[in-house]
Amino acid sequence: MTRVTIRIPTPLRSYTGGANEVSAEGTTVGEVLDALSHKHKELVARVLAEDGSIRQFVNIYRGNDDIRALHGLATTVAEGDVLSIIPAVAGGTL
Amino acid sequence: MKAKDQRLAELKSTIPELTPKEVLDLQRQGAALIDVREPEEAAQGSPGGAYRISKGFLELRVEEAIPNFDRTVILTCASGARSLFAGEALQRLGYRDVRSVKGGFNAWKNAGLPFEIPKMMDAAARERYSRHLLMPEVGEKGQLALLGGKVLVVGAGGLGSPAALYLCAAGVGTLGILDHDVVDRSNLQRQVLHSDSRVGVAKVVSARTAIESLNPGVKVITHDDYLDSKNVEAIFSAYDIIIDGSDNFATRYLINDACVKLARPNIHGSVYRFEGQTTVFWPAYGKKTGPCYRCLYPEPPPPEMAPSCAEAGVLGVLPGVIGLLQAVEAIKIILKIGEPLVGRLLYYDALKASFSELNIRRNPSCRYCGEEADFPGYVDYEAFCAAYSA
Repeated sequence: MTRVTIRIPTPLRSYTGGANEVSAEGTTVGEVLDALSHKHKELVARVLAEDGSIRQFVNIYRGNDDIRALHGLATTVAEGDVLSIIPAVAGGTL
Repeated sequence: MKAKDQRLAELKSTIPELTPKEVLDLQRQGAALIDVREPEEAAQGSPGGAYRISKGFLELRVEEAIPNFDRTVILTCASGARSLFAGEALQRLGYRDVRSVKGGFNAWKNAGLPFEIPKMMDAAARERYSRHLLMPEVGEKGQLALLGGKVLVVGAGGLGSPAALYLCAAGVGTLGILDHDVVDRSNLQRQVLHSDSRVGVAKVVSARTAIESLNPGVKVITHDDYLDSKNVEAIFSAYDIIIDGSDNFATRYLINDACVKLARPNIHGSVYRFEGQTTVFWPAYGKKTGPCYRCLYPEPPPPEMAPSCAEAGVLGVLPGVIGLLQAVEAIKIILKIGEPLVGRLLYYDALKASFSELNIRRNPSCRYCGEEADFPGYVDYEAFCAAYSA
């Protein structure tokens, strides 16, 4: 098992008790999210749809790369990798 | 014989004089033509494609325009006298093949050869933009491009304010401002286009006041409107670049879809509390493949999944940072310099004081910009959160 860091964007920090980073174990992005869902169920529900796919208004990056351009949820992770969750943000003049 | 006539006669023996027709042929083969008359004379008309460097600045500026001393250089003035004196100066600088137009621009015009009314800057503009003119990456050519630029800023708010002010200061000639709101006191923490004395005034009117007082040379076009599927294309068609400083998904998707359809660069920015992101969505950019907004986020989140607008909030200075990055991208695109932020998303975390860059890619099966895409039409999404858009 490898432990990776997941960066949490501000709009989703209410689901991590305000933490801007959390960590979880897994060998793929999907496994990491699965492990994360035990502790942060609501967070993962914002990222994954009921059918388990990544929601259309959320992107996940491993390092600097969108996992959709890699192997999606099957994208492998290595010890120390950083995953970033980047949701669509509307705000401009708000 | 006067001394000047004596000297001109001597110069004619070392500087060949050509007829306008011969000059035009040489110019088409790659020779450089320089109009050495004063700017006010050249402003009335000057041979097509000529460099315009007045005699007084010739030695100082010619090398920038013509770095190759072996290139054939032909000089012209009004009647063919000043150009001979100027030719002597170029020979002294080291230009090896210098010639002069016999009869000058008068003969050129009489021969019916092509001329143009050059776009030029007056003395006040030269002074205003002098720090741009000093930089080779901008210079007179770049400044004229900026003055000819047409940029639409959607949203005269937190992002649009700094973007519009700096684009105005930089001399972007036509600025469109689209907003359907009025200035509220709670805007003033970040929306620096507006002022306390204009609370209650339409934002586009307030923006016009601010822009015109900073730079009266800028033409402001106000659109006191919400964007919708019916007006978006007509409005966008009149601009080269769109800056997305909007605050809701309905507008962002309309901006994206129209920019994809009209092949306009969409300079995107968004902010949330202490974080901001910016990129250039421009699938039509030739040099590098980049995505559109829908490649990243095919559909907007449903209202219940979007962050609550009432809770959001933003550090006032943050949209200042992001809006200025958007302005920088617009200026680079107009000047055709540097690397536009295509295919990269710049993410700014103010608390960490860090910028990170994410690679964003075109989705080949995107319904809007993908390889097989047949424009599916505009969508008027429900404008949730609009009530909080002030």
